[in-house]
Amino acid sequence: MTNPIELGARSGLGDLHRVERHDAAVFDLRMRRDAAAREVPDWEALREHAAAVKAHTLDHLDTYLEEFEARASQAGAVVHWASDAAALQRIVGDLMEERGVHRVVKSKSMLTEECELNTALEARNIQVVDTDLGERIVQLRHESPSHIIVPAIHCSREEIGELFHRHMGTPRGETDPERLTRAARRNLRSHFLAAQAAITGVNLAVAESGSIVVVTNEGNADLGMSLPRLHVACVGIEKLIPRMEDLPVFLRLLARSATGQPISAYTSVVTGPRPGAELHIVLVDNGRAALLGQERHRSALACIRCGACLNTCPVYRRAGGHAYPGPIPGPIGAVLAPAMRPDGASLPHASSLCGSCTAVCPIRIDLHDQLLAWRHDTNRPRSAASLAARMAAWLMARPRWFRFAGRLARGFWPLASRRFPGNPAGGWLRTRELPPHPGPSFSARWHRERGAD
Amino acid sequence: MSRSVALFIPCYVDQLAPNVGMASVQVLERAGCTVSYDPEQTCCGQPFLTMGEASAATTLAEKHLHHFAEHETIVCPSGSCVATVRNRYPELGVGKAEPECTQRQNTFELGEFLVRELGVTSLGARFEHRVAVLQSCHGLRDLGLGSPSELPAAAEPAPIDALLDGVAGLIRVPSERDECCGFGGMFTVGFPEVSARMGRARLREWADAGAEYVTGTDASCLLHLDGLRRREDYGPQPIHIAELLASEGEA
Repeated sequence: MTNPIELGARSGLGDLHRVERHDAAVFDLRMRRDAAAREVPDWEALREHAAAVKAHTLDHLDTYLEEFEARASQAGAVVHWASDAAALQRIVGDLMEERGVHRVVKSKSMLTEECELNTALEARNIQVVDTDLGERIVQLRHESPSHIIVPAIHCSREEIGELFHRHMGTPRGETDPERLTRAARRNLRSHFLAAQAAITGVNLAVAESGSIVVVTNEGNADLGMSLPRLHVACVGIEKLIPRMEDLPVFLRLLARSATGQPISAYTSVVTGPRPGAELHIVLVDNGRAALLGQERHRSALACIRCGACLNTCPVYRRAGGHAYPGPIPGPIGAVLAPAMRPDGASLPHASSLCGSCTAVCPIRIDLHDQLLAWRHDTNRPRSAASLAARMAAWLMARPRWFRFAGRLARGFWPLASRRFPGNPAGGWLRTRELPPHPGPSFSARWHRERGAD
Repeated sequence: MSRSVALFIPCYVDQLAPNVGMASVQVLERAGCTVSYDPEQTCCGQPFLTMGEASAATTLAEKHLHHFAEHETIVCPSGSCVATVRNRYPELGVGKAEPECTQRQNTFELGEFLVRELGVTSLGARFEHRVAVLQSCHGLRDLGLGSPSELPAAAEPAPIDALLDGVAGLIRVPSERDECCGFGGMFTVGFPEVSARMGRARLREWADAGAEYVTGTDASCLLHLDGLRRREDYGPQPIHIAELLASEGEA
């Protein structure tokens, strides 16, 4: 059975030119990250430190969540708990409905993508406008983000120009990024002014002060939080850090790892609502507590969603984000999927285990080891594939049988190199030639040349 | 300085790249080693391990350790098989206790053994071509046989660089990236299209830089690249580092 990511890759990005463009655009972020990391002399120590803070926080998450709730409430925020996507949809929908809200601006949040919040709100006659430029592009295209930091990285300038022409009345054929961005800004400004509520994601939540931290480059979240009376912040429970003192560690790592910037353009720390306004914070579990209970796999909850593992991943860059089922593509998406999604077990196989993701992760999550660990932990020993593997291993553990199979394969070599239905090398031969006949095996040649010792 | 070396010939080298095995013998003997090979060996279990087939992998891992138990120095012309034995066996619960632990640590990739254990860098090879290097991922990131671009520069140079410096007439072609070639064991079988896109990109990178050959520590990656090269009809010709070191001028 072909893996969904292989199928998605074949149909996703399209022709070679598009694959190359996508690869180059995404790898550019990786190179910016390298340059930024090299400018910080204690980069590796910083990673180590962040990993330690996160491991500690996850070990005591219950305590820190309670502390956060108490402090945020003291500061005047209303804290809600959502056990799953449906609960988040209900809580946010009710908040909007109770206040007669029909127009909402939202700033980028992978959590609300994961919980399909837009769809749920629209079903209750609440219009949600995504205000992050990339998010807005994919929203107008009726797509999901293909990257967690740059959601429209799969689109070409020409496609965006055409999209804006249709939706924002920009001149046909306009492809200048600056002019297109200006058009989007004008268009979004009217949505901001008309909005009755704002929904934002949260990058980090500080337990000791009950603060939420929102990081953007476009200032859209800040505008959303400052204009309408109601601000609903959606936080995954893994976003906590203990103290304000820990915040700079993560801010230093986050923007550098994501885009190579020393710091994002806007970093807002929000503690309680502004005067005369309401702040609601929804703490969302949606599978995280269960993952926390899996000692072997909980490290994935340390992720700060910087996207560095996507940017470095050669599979992600050649397959595109839409090849991955689920909201989060790339290595971290494939590591979270088995715990978070019923169809997630096949995703950890979409990796050559090259280990580049682990090397760039600012929190030193053991990503490629996790991909491997999940392959073992989702293995179904009764499946045909597993039975075949055990039979092959049985054969390979017996030198005589192994070499007999080798001789057999040599006899069939001319046949195996041809494409025909049922050829075990068939998929591989779609894009490659089988190696030339290798001649006698090494063991045969050793035996012939060196005798039987 | 004759050192006894037990050859660990990976299953795929035995069957698909026997020349790499023969060249390894030649190179080790040229470096003054006494080489032994026991045809009872088969596979270290890596493909099963990466498929998530723990019981199949364990069968082969135990067999492998048992098989080489009598040997003090084990050398293998494949970085990923060495990484499996040295780093991954404990995840299967295999080879954690002495003396297997020492045995795992005494399993070396060919170039690593020559440069870091024997201190040999020049073996009198001559190869008058423009050559790029594929740093196979498990060697690069799991065994420390190079300095991955994601991390601060390593103190020790890559063994393969030292070895190529010692080859007469060879012109090095730098690589733009050090990313995966797309082989990845069973990955290339399960994801033939993605794997091919990854491999073609590397071939293009080296072809654009004018490389005639690409060399590396892992014949598996090189076989995958060769399959693509012959289909696409472009890109440098793969040659395993052992074959390159065994070469004396005529290629």
